[in-house]
Amino acid sequence: MSNKSDQPSVQRRQFIGGTIAAAGALTLAPGVILHAASDGDKATSGASSKHRWGMLIDANKCADGCSACVDACNSEHGLTDLGRPETDAVWIRPVKLRDKQTGHVDRLVMMCQHCEHPPCVDVCPTNASFKRIDGVVLVDRHRCIGCRYCMMACPYKARSFVHEALSEQSVAAPRGKGCVESCTLCVHRIDAGEMQTACQEACTKEGHGAIVFGDLKDPNSEISRMLKSHNSVQIRADLELNTGVRYLNL
Amino acid sequence: MSKMYYRELYCGSPVRFWMGLTLLGAIIAVGLGAAYYMEHQGHWVTGMSNQIVWGLPHVFAIFLIVAASGALNVASIGSVFGGPLYKPLGRYSALLAIGLLVGGLIVLVLDLGRPDRLIVAMTEYNFKSIFAWNVILYSGFVAIVAVYLWTMMDRSMEKFKRPLGFAAFFWRIALTTGTGSIFGFLVAREAYDAAIMAPMFVIMSFSYGLAFFIITLIAAYIWGDREIGVYRLTKLKNLLGVFVGAVLYFVLAYNLTNLYVAQHHGIERFILLDGGIYTMMFWVGQILIGSIIPLFLIYSPAFENSRWAIAVASIAVLIGGFFQIYLIVIGGQAYPMNLFPGKEIIETGFFDGQIINYVPTFPEAALGVAGMAVSLALVAIGARVFKVFPETLED
Repeated sequence: MSNKSDQPSVQRRQFIGGTIAAAGALTLAPGVILHAASDGDKATSGASSKHRWGMLIDANKCADGCSACVDACNSEHGLTDLGRPETDAVWIRPVKLRDKQTGHVDRLVMMCQHCEHPPCVDVCPTNASFKRIDGVVLVDRHRCIGCRYCMMACPYKARSFVHEALSEQSVAAPRGKGCVESCTLCVHRIDAGEMQTACQEACTKEGHGAIVFGDLKDPNSEISRMLKSHNSVQIRADLELNTGVRYLNL
Repeated sequence: MSKMYYRELYCGSPVRFWMGLTLLGAIIAVGLGAAYYMEHQGHWVTGMSNQIVWGLPHVFAIFLIVAASGALNVASIGSVFGGPLYKPLGRYSALLAIGLLVGGLIVLVLDLGRPDRLIVAMTEYNFKSIFAWNVILYSGFVAIVAVYLWTMMDRSMEKFKRPLGFAAFFWRIALTTGTGSIFGFLVAREAYDAAIMAPMFVIMSFSYGLAFFIITLIAAYIWGDREIGVYRLTKLKNLLGVFVGAVLYFVLAYNLTNLYVAQHHGIERFILLDGGIYTMMFWVGQILIGSIIPLFLIYSPAFENSRWAIAVASIAVLIGGFFQIYLIVIGGQAYPMNLFPGKEIIETGFFDGQIINYVPTFPEAALGVAGMAVSLALVAIGARVFKVFPETLED
């Protein structure tokens, strides 16, 4: 047989095999390296099921006309007022109520209630809405397709849709046009070991002390002790969502 | 019985066909432009907000998707339930079903905040979400109905026709159950959170789908200068009457249940009495135009053999159906959630306790109408390329 056969030569086979192996290595290697790097990150700031973060809001202490917590939340997360209240993002909002029978007036703040059984997580088609093992309900902005089903499902109207392109964002809260977002319970602070949310910090600084943040699973935390000694309520308790945010004197 | 011949639908004059397609193409182009504008600017340029999160595009999309599964009924009656009069219409029924569904899906996808992430929706599933199931139900529907259409058109595939007909029938029931459950599974809002939503959507699909079928069938036969017998149309008309009556029954059951429950008196008052535009849509749009007028046209002896009455009744059902979906989608969001029972809200930073105003904008309407144009264009091209229409439908 002459070497005119169209059978590939050994060298050619080796060359093709070598090329495929090299291309494969080039494709996989960065992934492996990144994966290893992200594993390293997890070790320092991973969420733990030993905690469940929550908040207690005292309606008696929430002061009339005060917006310190709202302003602090906005500046912490880079939520800008574009003068369009219908579409501007709102993560925390004051609500003032009057009892229809007795005329008793209450004031409180509403935000994502960080439910144990969050309806937003149930309805999200792509798993973008999720609950961390420490109870914080978040949106993965890389997975959110902007269908807004979670906004339809949230019984607390806690979520906002980003209606426009954003600039000058806060490093604490990356956001994106076309995605849904809500209170993160200042998860960036929790992960950095700072046990105080922006709203609580502002409320305390104003001297009202209406917001207490802490670990619901730690029996010695301030929030746990207060919840044990006082009668607190959940908003829309009938839905049995076991919220992480509770209210006093409501 | 004489043999049935199917032929591609050629228009009386070629100019009419191409003019028609050009018009549809222009509507689609405007809709795509509108979608680009809304995506590029962000949704603040629309009438939608953080309170009304699903707007007019969703109304169009859900309307078309619901009608799509209903449009398949005629094929199902022919091959699953063995109705000889319906059999020759099976091919067109399947083509229309695919067309309507694709039109609706395009609107739904282009109204997403991130339509570019469609691949995420196709690869990442949360099986507790009815939306995720719908992704599978909708794409599966197109696939099954396409093969079903093939078995109806290709004699060598004849043996698969019945099993596929069954599969398509059950799939379409699942599909509309899934669409109704989008609302049925929402505990948060008073207008939703009701198991009746799923069967109500199924029966709504029967009604809208058949109305779409009748009106486009008549149009196609006028367009192609072909004959269609009054007897066959009368059969379809009578079926439409039953479906319209059934929708009315479900609407009655839904509202009566709400009226019984004190917690739901507010939403009922809003729909039936003092909801302004929404009350108007209910009584005039859904009940008068969508139910009473078509029932009169269908059952009045004066119009027994009038094909115009049949056409007008079908159009009225579609208009009423559109209002019904509008009321469910937009009305259900406009009425405030009751976060604090027994309390009135005197100050809020986020429109709590207020009835929300929603005014759709032109781009939203353009996108929705473009979805309809996509459906019609697909049907027009499909009917021209495939042999879906019998040469004649004379009695």
